[in-house]
Amino acid sequence: MTESVLRTGAEKRRFSIDMRALSPFIALLVLVIAGALINPDFLTTSNLLNVVTRSAFIAIIAVGATFVIAGGGLDLSVGSMAALTAGVMILTLNNLGGGDLGTLAIGMLVAIALSATCGLANGLIVTFGRIEPFIVTLGTMGIFRSLVIWLAAGGTITMRNFDLREMYRPVYFGSIFGIPIPIIAFLVVAAIGALILYRTSFGRHVVALGSNEDVARYSGVPIWRVRTLTYIIQGICVGIAVLVYVPRLGSATPTTGLLWELQAITAVVIGGTALRGGIGRVWGTVVGAVILELVANIMVLSNFVSEFLVGAVQGAIIIIAMLVQRSVHRGR
Amino acid sequence: MDSVLRAESISKSFGPIEVLSGISLDLKPGEVHAVIGENGAGKSTLMRILSGHLPPTKGTLHLNGQPVTFSGPVDAESQGIVLVHQEILLAPDLTVAQNLFLGREIRRFGLVDDAAMRERTRAILQELGTKIDPDREVRRLSIADRQLVQIARALLVPHKVVAFDEPTAVLTPIEAESLFEIIRKLRAQGVAVLYISHRLNEVKAIADRVTVLRDGRHIATRDIEGLEPLEMARLMVGRDMSKLYPEKPETASDQALLSVRDMVVPGFVESASFTLHRGEILGFGGLIGAGRTELFESIVGLRPGHGTITLDGKQVHFRDAREAMAAGIVYLSEDRKGKGLLLQQNLRINLSLAALEKFTRGSFIDGGAEEQALDKAIKDFDIRTRRRDLLAGQLSGGNQQKLLLAKMMLVEPRIVIIDEPTRGVDIGTKEQIYRFIASLAAEGRAVVVISSEMQELIGLCHRVVVMRNGRVAGEVAQADLSEDSIVYLATGVHEERAAEIAAGTA
Repeated sequence: MTESVLRTGAEKRRFSIDMRALSPFIALLVLVIAGALINPDFLTTSNLLNVVTRSAFIAIIAVGATFVIAGGGLDLSVGSMAALTAGVMILTLNNLGGGDLGTLAIGMLVAIALSATCGLANGLIVTFGRIEPFIVTLGTMGIFRSLVIWLAAGGTITMRNFDLREMYRPVYFGSIFGIPIPIIAFLVVAAIGALILYRTSFGRHVVALGSNEDVARYSGVPIWRVRTLTYIIQGICVGIAVLVYVPRLGSATPTTGLLWELQAITAVVIGGTALRGGIGRVWGTVVGAVILELVANIMVLSNFVSEFLVGAVQGAIIIIAMLVQRSVHRGR
Repeated sequence: MDSVLRAESISKSFGPIEVLSGISLDLKPGEVHAVIGENGAGKSTLMRILSGHLPPTKGTLHLNGQPVTFSGPVDAESQGIVLVHQEILLAPDLTVAQNLFLGREIRRFGLVDDAAMRERTRAILQELGTKIDPDREVRRLSIADRQLVQIARALLVPHKVVAFDEPTAVLTPIEAESLFEIIRKLRAQGVAVLYISHRLNEVKAIADRVTVLRDGRHIATRDIEGLEPLEMARLMVGRDMSKLYPEKPETASDQALLSVRDMVVPGFVESASFTLHRGEILGFGGLIGAGRTELFESIVGLRPGHGTITLDGKQVHFRDAREAMAAGIVYLSEDRKGKGLLLQQNLRINLSLAALEKFTRGSFIDGGAEEQALDKAIKDFDIRTRRRDLLAGQLSGGNQQKLLLAKMMLVEPRIVIIDEPTRGVDIGTKEQIYRFIASLAAEGRAVVVISSEMQELIGLCHRVVVMRNGRVAGEVAQADLSEDSIVYLATGVHEERAAEIAAGTA
């Protein structure tokens, strides 16, 4: 990401084009300064680490969403998918009953397998059913959500084995060399995501597909496989986010993951990925997710706006981000 | 006679780049004034200034002798200057009548008066000599009919000057002939017609005066009398253009490389058979809509269809373009902007897209190898680009075509199918593309050229297969290649008759 910053300075003519890549970083900087001015507690290591940790789930999911959106698709089902995956994972752990590492590993595998399958389902319906991804994932969003409500019988699904909970806790609350594990997880996911999107032919194919499906097809890009894979990647990212999320509360409820799709898509758009496809910015997405959490944090630390309005502010941010994107696009 | 619209030393700059400098032009009522020039010569910019889409940086416009500035295209239209755009700008889901009156609906008691609009539409279409149903949805019209609707829409407002921007680019000879009839009618009514084209034969046929632009400068304005297409080309390019087509390589063999039998593409091709030989350039002629594009899209797996395809004596079937490429067949779409290149991506990404596996080391793309390939492509194909990091959409039509050629040649094909290789390409680049196609055949590859430009088929190909209404109507051997023989197969009538038929329907 520093590379693009440097290039912009060196080459003025590319300024408007690179604005797309640069603007999330500028926004982040402005927010940090604003936060520091509003509340002296803001710029403490513990507060900042806390903010980034809390943004981890959305960041991980949003890395997957970057693939889907850069490829010209959309996935609205991620929040419900996360809830369903968390619910099934906990039920699996409870049914296995053990308190050992093996049980936990099986539960984790089940979670990843389930979310990948959910993504596969989205992908297959979109590609082979030739239905708008908006409609398909709106449908599966309802399906996944009601499945988790049904599994929980309207209540809460909680991890029953106390040993297992204790063993699993550090995945959210622990840290390595002072860096919380969720942050490490999301940096690793983002790094792998960036590597796949920028350096592999699959990543190039995703961008081509999102730029113009016909051109991709006429160029011999296996568009069905590429598109389906983007949804599977989205599913796997949801699964990873769930692995980090479950130890936080040790339970899943019908409201788990509510509005995560809004936050994930917002993070992607803030990050500079084009909603119409063809441009993907993994690191921008990560910054976008952090920005969302920063805004929430600043709202809590200040007294300007009630923190209950966080959702409203985040909703406003996605609209503003789109307006900015369009003016940047026009400026070319 | 006094001019109706006069431009006096018009200049236009975009930032530091001057695209027009000191252009003067006067248009008289009742004349057809052609503006010709290579792509990038500034024709379209001039047209956009004259029709109020762009303000000039320097210089003035005079309308009926009075200095005038247009605040925008609507203002220019209200003063009688209309532009018929090159691209089709119609709402496909609306009917013909709805499109004609879009944004200027006839109202009665505050509601749209469909009956009145339908009547006016029918009248104006009749005047243009066409029987298009005003209630038909535009998406169900042929490209030629859409163009007519677009012309009708332009002519709906009272007009003194009508500007056509490459109107025949998508028309067949017969359709073009009816368009000329319309233009002659306008001229007879005392309208000044501005006609932009780079089809010089057309200009010779329709224009009264010709203005030549080159690199944003005014080169000459001449009466059409005594100005032959070859001389126009020389003025446009600035050098002698008598040798547009290269020698046909003597590599055409009778070794069958690809043979297609009874190919059927539902809705487009009823039955087509042909054989392609090693080292030959095989032309495919016919009217637009004859099924040529669809036939080849189906052969390379881009469109459902069935038939017997034999490659090197073995029967093959391609499910998608990837499989066809693996077998050494590439298809370059006529729709460069929609199906050929990613306009929003840079040259490097476009270049390597079809042959990406050649640039992959292990799991990762080798950016350095891509850059090297781009260097080589820019050199080999003479792709003229101000900067290497431009987006494909920022290249001119000719350079886009060269980039598309470079991209597909990375696949190292044995059979190259090029659909309308020089559509929207200026004459200097045309020559380069022709030479390139000839060199492909000389290297022993087989080339299929699908083209609606008769001269191109005659000048370039060893043989020409002509299609009509989804069937192969016949084949013209090298010795018999002539416009008349192709038109006859394409339409079923000889060329002189074609003009008469067009005149009859007008």
